[in-house]
Amino acid sequence: MPDEILFGLYVFVLAAFVGYQVITQVPPLLHTPLMSGTNAISGISLVGSLVAAGAHYNAVSTVLGFIAVTAATINVVGGFMITDRMLKMFRKKEDKARR
Amino acid sequence: MRTTLIQISYFAASVLFILGLKGMSSPETARRGMQQAAIGMFLAIVGTLFHHDIISYEWIIVGMVIGGAIGAAMAIFMPMTAMPERIALSHSFGGLAAALVGVSEYYRHGGELSAVKMVPIGFEVMLGALTFTGSLMAFGKLQGLITGVPVTYKFQNASNISLLAITLGLIGYLVLVPTHFLLFYVMLGLGFLLGVLLVLPIGGADMPVVISLLNSYAGLAASATGFVLSNNILIISGALDGASGFFLSIIMSKAMNRSFTNVLFGAFGAVAETAPVGAEAAAGGINEGTIDDAATVLWNAQSVIIAPGYGMAVSQAQHALRELADLLDAGNVTVKYAIHPVAGRMPGHMNVLLAEANVPYDQIYDLEEINDAFSRTDAVLVVGANDVVNPAAKRNPASPIYGMPVLNVEEARAVIVLKRSMSPGFAGIDNDLFVQPNTMMVFGDAKQTLTKLVAALKK
Repeated sequence: MPDEILFGLYVFVLAAFVGYQVITQVPPLLHTPLMSGTNAISGISLVGSLVAAGAHYNAVSTVLGFIAVTAATINVVGGFMITDRMLKMFRKKEDKARR
Repeated sequence: MRTTLIQISYFAASVLFILGLKGMSSPETARRGMQQAAIGMFLAIVGTLFHHDIISYEWIIVGMVIGGAIGAAMAIFMPMTAMPERIALSHSFGGLAAALVGVSEYYRHGGELSAVKMVPIGFEVMLGALTFTGSLMAFGKLQGLITGVPVTYKFQNASNISLLAITLGLIGYLVLVPTHFLLFYVMLGLGFLLGVLLVLPIGGADMPVVISLLNSYAGLAASATGFVLSNNILIISGALDGASGFFLSIIMSKAMNRSFTNVLFGAFGAVAETAPVGAEAAAGGINEGTIDDAATVLWNAQSVIIAPGYGMAVSQAQHALRELADLLDAGNVTVKYAIHPVAGRMPGHMNVLLAEANVPYDQIYDLEEINDAFSRTDAVLVVGANDVVNPAAKRNPASPIYGMPVLNVEEARAVIVLKRSMSPGFAGIDNDLFVQPNTMMVFGDAKQTLTKLVAALKK
């Protein structure tokens, strides 16, 4: 097995463990923002689409890349914005009194 | 030099993503955490724009402008009650993007692909396609475009599993013979088909599990893209997303007393197939109360726990509910909210709606936190919840939901249930709670009933 894939697997498994540890600490209160937040983060596939759309490998790749850029940007922009909109609403009682 | 800069931006982004998710462990730090993650994303995107393969930017700019506009419009205008639909849609976009990048890579390299690349491309395309159609199906069901009732037929699981096996077999064959273009597109088509078939048998009440699972698939598809492009940030982000979806699926299936294998093999429809049980109990009389009766009970209580369910989301009753709680609070009644993990259509659905209605989160309690408190509570107000407050889950071994953890609302001195009608919940099970002597049923739309209750309490 080539080193590259093996190295990728290292990264994948370690990231999954870190992710699992971090995410088990998220209270049920925030599960919806968690989901929309991780969804925005996985919009990082935009990075791959950007290269496909801008590289002019061939017409098909450019078109597919363009659609992928559009779809992934919806997730990145929409995901972070709506997560912020949700998290803004979570307030404690004192915070409300101060408002 | 360029490559190093790009790698540094990816490294910074990975760290910021993990720190961002760490911030989600408390509502106090969550917002800042997500802002850090957004900065990470920005860095990674800017870094990528310097990639030496990119020679023109017109398609990138057009795509980003269109995508950004759609994303922003959805984020600004979508009501909070439509959050499950939005999440389902965004999973489908994520899946689509992954699948298309995979197809583009295959189209570009075709027969020259080594086995080492073909395996991740296969998974990327299959998972991406499956997530795309599966999430669209989930969206359709949530939106009511497709029937929310589970669609089941004979040998459903067997045929789905064989289809999955065939798709995986095709990937295996393509690894050996990467030049077989037709088979690649057959595999893509099967991925799309699988997504539809896997979500078809799933009923509305099981949506929280499915949405979490699709979240996990979308993440795994992104990770596979990372393997194809040898890009660590994609692998890391995909793993984070996959882990979060996996974790939420486990919580959701535990909360519904289903094993995780049961979830993975898509046997969600099973409950609805069982004949309704406990009908003999429901034959007993119910206690119907008027608005004034309910108002009197609430006003004379010292402690009230509110248990909301999907019905609250449907009738958008969260604001009226908060108004009622404020009135009670002003009358020195302690008000708490009890949230079952699978109340609503996605994990945390109720919490977001209550937050939208300005309910302070320190009044909101999880199942485990509050379940012992019901016996010491004067009155419980159930708003549009059904299966998650059904005591049959504890008492009746014949009940399809037997063993599922439920809110112990029946232990309170008085229970007021706001419900549209006597119809059973999504699982088609009668609810013993409704015929208990200490339960008062108030029928009608939850929002209207609550508004009337507020008016009655003001008097």
